[in-house]
Amino acid sequence: MTAISPVARRIPTSIGNLASPAALLGAAALFWVAFEFLRDQAGLARLFATVYDLVGLDASAEALLQYGLDPVQGKLILAVLAIAIGIGGVWLLFVGMNGAVDLLGLRVRERIRPYIFIGPAVVMLSIFLVFPAAATVYASLTDGGGWVENYGRTFEDPEFWIAIRNNVLWLVLGTGGSVVIGLAVAALTDRIKREALAKTFIFLPLAISMVGAAVIWRFMYAWRPPGETQIGVVNAAITGLGNEAIPFIQTPTLNTFALIVIMIWLQTGFAMVVLSAALKGVSAEVLEAARMDGANELQLFFRVVVPMISGTLLTVATTISIAILKVFDIVYVMTGGKFESEVIANRMFTEMFVFRDFGQASSLAVILFVAVIPLMVLNIRNLRRQGIGA
Amino acid sequence: MSAQAPVLETAGIRPVRRSGFLGRTAVRVAVIAITAIWSLPTVGLLISSFRSNAAVRSSGWWDAILHPFESAQWTVNNYLSVLNADGLAGSFVNSLVVTIPSVVIPITMAAFAAYAFAWMRFRGRSILFAIVVGMLVVPLQMSLVPILRLYLEIDLTGTFLGTWLAHTGFGLPLATYLLYNYISQLPGDLFESAAIDGASHFQIFRRIVVPLSVPALASFAIFQFLWIWNDLLIALVYLGTNAEVAVLPARLNELVGTKGEAWHLLTAGAFVTMVVPLVVFLALQRYFVRGIVTGSVKG
Repeated sequence: MTAISPVARRIPTSIGNLASPAALLGAAALFWVAFEFLRDQAGLARLFATVYDLVGLDASAEALLQYGLDPVQGKLILAVLAIAIGIGGVWLLFVGMNGAVDLLGLRVRERIRPYIFIGPAVVMLSIFLVFPAAATVYASLTDGGGWVENYGRTFEDPEFWIAIRNNVLWLVLGTGGSVVIGLAVAALTDRIKREALAKTFIFLPLAISMVGAAVIWRFMYAWRPPGETQIGVVNAAITGLGNEAIPFIQTPTLNTFALIVIMIWLQTGFAMVVLSAALKGVSAEVLEAARMDGANELQLFFRVVVPMISGTLLTVATTISIAILKVFDIVYVMTGGKFESEVIANRMFTEMFVFRDFGQASSLAVILFVAVIPLMVLNIRNLRRQGIGA
Repeated sequence: MSAQAPVLETAGIRPVRRSGFLGRTAVRVAVIAITAIWSLPTVGLLISSFRSNAAVRSSGWWDAILHPFESAQWTVNNYLSVLNADGLAGSFVNSLVVTIPSVVIPITMAAFAAYAFAWMRFRGRSILFAIVVGMLVVPLQMSLVPILRLYLEIDLTGTFLGTWLAHTGFGLPLATYLLYNYISQLPGDLFESAAIDGASHFQIFRRIVVPLSVPALASFAIFQFLWIWNDLLIALVYLGTNAEVAVLPARLNELVGTKGEAWHLLTAGAFVTMVVPLVVFLALQRYFVRGIVTGSVKG
């Protein structure tokens, strides 16, 4: 790849030489505009006022600064600008940098070019993940009263242990439920004609946000005092069977189970799709051979098929576990962590935003990180063994 | 990716079914039951969003199915109300403003980086790549506090730009990893003959790599799109709930807080937030499934 003909390199004409710095300047200008003016609509109004000012429309500029943009118009202009900058800015950046490298000497440029290609990604990763992760570990050790106090207070907090207990419940029941139901649905739909249609219905919740799902299920679990009509499906069914309606959200421990059901509803489609693909990969000859040996369908499934897809089962389970360990939205919207339904990620958000205790929040983040690591390592290693990945 | 997921292609070879009519019926009944249970919550939401406040309060939504022709109970006012009075229309545009650049920027950066990692030789290649893949392990919670502190300092909280950059940073490890897996599998001969014909790396990338990588780019784009459109955490931390910038999930969460029992509005609001992901999902389901099957490691 390095042996690229030098002749081709000389093709960029004088226009080409000018174009690359121009592209770089353009990219810089776009990002500057984004940084300066695209913070909000007032910023946008300032941008337009500046432009009007430049072309001599002082009166219009005045009016804009005073009254701001028409909200709907402003929004739409903002949307178009944002998209233009998002797409154009990043392309200009690469085109410009690449062209700028072409201006350098032949030997230097091919040595620098790879860093131009990976540069933006590596810089962004460093700013948003590498350094912050280190800073969080550091903050958890030094913020406030130091690590003894940060971790000490975390471990003394009864809410923390409730969160740990709940996270374990989530992990076991949520992951187990999603994988078992997903596998069952994958195996069942494998045997019917309208397979794709049936799977779409199970899969659909995956496109729904956790906030949306929380609203959907708050409605499912809606509770009315005895004597009133129950408008939530679950309580209507319970009273229909002659029992008393249950306020799911406010009932400790039961509420955690109710929330886990939501996660299972969201994640089963994921498990089903991946496992279904794995099931189709089990070769027909193996199945025929097992049938010849007299295995019935159930034995066939548990003794032959399941062991053959165990790698995929592990991938699915670890992936869902990681998502579940970090679950935040569902708890935040449904209960806010009240009524003993706390989980680690929500605890951290509360420490950070409600109490502004960054030391505590950092130690909780580190605890979450430590819990995720083994699952993620297992996951990546397993993917590699299956030949997916580097 | 096509080499990694041959499973999808062997669907034609079905093993012989020995189960009789009874067995088949049982399977069918079970599948119908499960799909019905899974659809019930969403159907209830959809029906309730078109019922008047009085109707929602006085009877369960299943009553509406039993009496579909009592036209007095049906209305679209819930939607008009949440879109205008509750500001979901504005939040809808905000969601678009946040989502589109947050999808395009990381994919572009990741594609360049993936190409360089796969096909260019340079010092520090393997260590840098290890760092990128290693970042898959770091949950974004680890970044929340330091980035918030940084944003407070340089005044980037509550801005779209800050949110794009955050989504870009958090999306890059998975994007680079998935695109690397795909781009490194492309036939190298193709690039070599292009290079002999005088094409530069940039030209090879734009003319050959990008067009060939469309399936991988598309499936990651859908991933990232759904993830950002549905995100609440980053939206709350970096963008906030100010009506001028709030995205749909943040706004819907506010509604839950302020109008917790106004189910006619909440159901309509929830459906407004869901409609774009559902359309995207149904239209591009095939890419989405392929992406999920090949790279299910969102960090």
